[in-house]
Amino acid sequence: MISNGKSKTVIELHVNGDSHEVMVRSGDTLLDILREQLGLSGAKRSCENGDCGACTVLADGKPIHSCLSLAIESCDQSLMTIEGLMGSPIQQAFVDNWAIQCGFCTPGFILNCHALATEHPNASDEVIEEWMCSNLCRCTGYQEIKEAVQSVVRASGNA
Amino acid sequence: MTTNQGWKSVGNPEQRIDAVEKAAGTVKYIGDFAMPGLLHAKLVTSTHAHAKILSIHTEEAWKVPGVRAIVTGEMFPFHIGPILADRPPLAWEKVRYYGEPVAIVVADHEYQAKQAVQKVQVEYQPLPVVNSVQQAFETGAPLVHENSSQYMKIISNVYPVPGTNIGSHIKIRKGDFQTAWLSCEEIFEATYSFNLTDHVAMETRSTRVEITPSGKVVVHSCTQSPFTIKKVFNQFFNIAVGNIVVHAPLVGGAFGGKGTVQLEPLAYLASKAVGGKLVKLENSREEDMITSPCHIGLKATISLGATKEGKLVAGKYTFLVDSGAYTDQAAGITRAAALDCTGPYNIPNVWCDSYCMYTNHPFATSFRGYGHPELTFAVERTMDQLARKLNLDPIRFRLLNTIKPGDTSPTQTLLDANNIGDAAKCIERAKELIQWDQGQRRETGERKVRSKGISLFWKTSTTATNAQAGTVLTFEADGSVNLNCAAIEVGQGAKTVLAQILAEKLKMDLKDIHVTMELNSQYDPHQWRTVASSTTFLAGRAVLAAAEDAIRQLKKTAGIAMQCSPEDLDVGGGRVYLKANPEYGVQIKDIALGYKYPNGHTVEGQIIGSGKYVQRHLTPMDENTGFGKPGPWWSVGAQAVEVEWDPKDYTYKILKAITVLDGGTIINPMMATQQMRGGMSLGLSFASSEGFIFDQQGIVRNPQLRTYKIMRFGEQPEEYLVDFIETPNIDGPYGARGIGEYGVIGAAAALGNSLSTAAGVELNHLPLIPELIWQAKQGKEEEL
Ligand code: FES
Ligand code: FES
Repeated sequence: MISNGKSKTVIELHVNGDSHEVMVRSGDTLLDILREQLGLSGAKRSCENGDCGACTVLADGKPIHSCLSLAIESCDQSLMTIEGLMGSPIQQAFVDNWAIQCGFCTPGFILNCHALATEHPNASDEVIEEWMCSNLCRCTGYQEIKEAVQSVVRASGNA
Repeated sequence: MTTNQGWKSVGNPEQRIDAVEKAAGTVKYIGDFAMPGLLHAKLVTSTHAHAKILSIHTEEAWKVPGVRAIVTGEMFPFHIGPILADRPPLAWEKVRYYGEPVAIVVADHEYQAKQAVQKVQVEYQPLPVVNSVQQAFETGAPLVHENSSQYMKIISNVYPVPGTNIGSHIKIRKGDFQTAWLSCEEIFEATYSFNLTDHVAMETRSTRVEITPSGKVVVHSCTQSPFTIKKVFNQFFNIAVGNIVVHAPLVGGAFGGKGTVQLEPLAYLASKAVGGKLVKLENSREEDMITSPCHIGLKATISLGATKEGKLVAGKYTFLVDSGAYTDQAAGITRAAALDCTGPYNIPNVWCDSYCMYTNHPFATSFRGYGHPELTFAVERTMDQLARKLNLDPIRFRLLNTIKPGDTSPTQTLLDANNIGDAAKCIERAKELIQWDQGQRRETGERKVRSKGISLFWKTSTTATNAQAGTVLTFEADGSVNLNCAAIEVGQGAKTVLAQILAEKLKMDLKDIHVTMELNSQYDPHQWRTVASSTTFLAGRAVLAAAEDAIRQLKKTAGIAMQCSPEDLDVGGGRVYLKANPEYGVQIKDIALGYKYPNGHTVEGQIIGSGKYVQRHLTPMDENTGFGKPGPWWSVGAQAVEVEWDPKDYTYKILKAITVLDGGTIINPMMATQQMRGGMSLGLSFASSEGFIFDQQGIVRNPQLRTYKIMRFGEQPEEYLVDFIETPNIDGPYGARGIGEYGVIGAAAALGNSLSTAAGVELNHLPLIPELIWQAKQGKEEEL
C-alpha cells in the first residue's frame, strides 16, 4: 500500500483473475471503485444500504453487498463481478427461463446464484429462498428467477 | 432457395433480443457512464413538509474543496408541469413537501457534493401541514398553493378550483343519476383508502446534461418520455426544440415513474451554473422515493345501486386523489380514473367527481395502470360487498353486469366488438383456473383458512389525442434490417415485440433484424411516450407502415433487376421473387444498396423504409359531463387470488395469482406472460405491504427499502397462472391491444376480496398487513 498520508491510498484489487492498482479514499466503497475506476459497471447502485443486492459481487466466492464494503478492506480478497462470469450456465438459465426483464437486478441475482450453486450444489427450495431473498427484483414475479436457480442447482447437483 | 413459406414470428415465444447482454451484465444503463471531468450534482432537500424559506446560507458549503456551483430557487423562479404548470423545479419562497429540492450543489466528485450539501443552511418557518386528502378537502384547510388559478394549463382537461386545495376536478355525468338512485332496490356504499407509495424501480433516476458552446442542450436520461423532455425544455427554458438532443439508454425499470420530467430540468440548471459543462445528477434511493415523484394515494367513496335481481342501475364515485404537493401526472390520473370509474360494468346512470388534491406529501406521477389499479380496488371491493348484500355469488353478480358491445362507457363512448375485449370470457376462464366451483372459502386441517377472491378490470389508453410513433428501417448490404424507433425498452420487451412485428411483415428471420436499443432524439422519429400500454399499438403500426414502404421499394428495385413489373413480385425469406414462379427472384442483399447493372451503373440506392401512425378520432372530455372519446380500445381482464390465512396471527400466504387478459392478438406469449406475472407481483406487493408512513408533521418515516417493504423472493405467490383471450382489435398490429400495465390492475382488488372472505371482515384499506386485518377484525380499523 502506498499512501499519500493525507487522503488517498494506492491499493491492489484482485478482480476476475486480474490485479489492478486503484487509488482510494478510506471511505470509498468497493462498489464505487469497481464501477468508476475499473469500469466494471455490472454491479449496480440501487439502495447503497444493503437492502437490495443489486451491487452483489463475490469475495472469495461469497456473495457480498459491495455497497457496504470498503474498497480498502477488499485488497486481500479474490473478487468476482458479473464480467468475470462470461458464458456460465447460470447466465444461460436466466435467459432460458425468462428471468430477465429490465435486467438491472440480474447481475446481482446471477452472482448470488452462482455462489449458491457452488456452495450448495443440492440446495433445497428453502436454502434457495434463504439465499435469494437478499436480492430484490421489481419487474419479474420471482417465479422465473426461482425456476432459473432451480434448473442450475439441480443440474450441478446431479453432476 | 425458395423458403417463402413458414416465416412466422407473431404468436411465437421468441427469446427477448436483449436477454443475452443483460445476463452478461454488459448493458450500459444511464448510471454506468463514467468520464474524467464529469461534474456531479447533489440536492439539498427540504426537512419540512410545509414551510416558508426564510434564508439559504451557502458560505460554509462553498468552503468544501471541489465545489463549482450552488444553485437555489431564485435562479429559475418559474413553475413547470406536464398538465398544470404548478411546480418550481427548485423550491422558492416555500417548500411544500418533505424531500423537495431546495438547492443544487455541483462539485468535481460526488462525495464533495454530498459533503457540501450537508453544509448548506436553510432557515425555515414552519407552516400548517396538510397531511391527508380528507384534511385538504375541508373548507378552511391551509392552502398548499395560494394562487393555483394563475398557473398555466399545459393541456386542456385540468380544472383547479381557486381558494381550495383542489388541483383539478373532473366530472362524469351520464344518464340521470338522481332519479335512478331513488329507484334502486338495493344499495351499498363504502369508503376505501391507501397512502402514497412508490414505484421502486431498481434503477434510481439519473440524468446528465450539458450545454454546448453553440447552444445545443444535450440530455442523457433514463426516461420513458424523451420527447417530453424536449417539450418541457422548450416551453420553460425557451430553447429551440431542434437544439435539444435527448439520449436514452435501456432503462432499469420504470413503472410510470420515469414518464415525467423532474430531474432533467435540475441538471440543466446545474450545468448552466457551471458554464454548460456536463453534469450528472443521480438519485439516491431515498431521493428516488420521496424527492422524485411517487405513486398517488387515494380515498374513494363508491355507492352502487341495483335491482333486487342484481342488475346495476346507478353508481356514484367520489375520488380524492392524493397528488401530494404538485399535480404533475396525478391530474391526468384523476381524469383517467373518472373516465373508467365504473370498471367493466354496464351502468346506465353514473355520477363521478374525481378530485386531484394538493397535500403536503411528496408529489405523485403516473404509476403502471394510471389510476386503474386504484379505482379497481375500490370498485371490485364494492362489487363483492354488494353481491353479499344481494346474496348473489360474486361471479354471477359480475356476469350479470359485464359491459358488452352496444353499451356505453362512462364518457358515453359507444362500445363495439372491436373496441372492447370480452370481459365475460375472461371471468369464465379465471373462474375455471381458480376452481371457483370447489368453494370460495374452506378451513384446512391445520386450522388455516383458504379463500379465493376475484376481480374484473378494464383500461383504455388515455393517450394524447395526437399521440403518435414513427419508424425508420435501413437495409444493410447483407440484407438485414436496422429498426429505428423511439420506443423505450424499460424491461417490458417492446423492442422484441417490434422486431417480431417487422419479421412477420417482411417474412424475414428475426435474427436479421437489428433493433437500435438506445434512443437518440435526433435520429429517431418522434414518439409520444413509452407509457399507457400504447407502444405495441402505436409503434407497432408505425413499423408496419415502414415495412410496407420498404416492401414497395424492394419490389421496385427488384422489378428493375428482374425486368418485370413490381406488382408481380412478393417479398419473403430474404428474397424478392415472382409470385407466379417463386423460384425466380433476387436476394435482398443484392439490392439492399440499389441494383447494379453489369456495366456498373447503379439505380435506386439503399432501401430506407419509413412509416408512422397517429391516434385517430380521440377527443378531450367535456368539462361538465365527461363526454368524449378517451382511447382507441379497452383491454379487459379478470384476476383471481387464493390465499391461506392464519386466524391465529393474521398472517397469510398467497397461494395462487391468476390473470386472464383479453389483450387482442398476443405477439409473444411468453413475454406477455412475463408481463402479467410481473404486474401481479407489483400489484400484490403494493396491496400487501407498501405505503409511506407520515408523521404528524408530514415527514415520511420510511423512505428506504429497509422500512418500506416490497415483495421479496419467497413472498411471491406459490403459483401464477396466466391465460389470454385474443379478441383482435382491427386497428392494432396483427390485432394486438395494449397489455403492459394490465397485470397489475386487478391484483390489489383480488387480494382484498380473498382476504376479506378469509377473515370474515370487509378490508377496505391498504396495505393488507396482518396488523390492519387484526384491527379490522377488532372493529378498530382507522381510515388512513
Ligand atoms: S445497492 Fe448494495 S444492497 Fe442495494
Ligand atoms: S428485471 Fe428489472 S428489477 Fe429485476
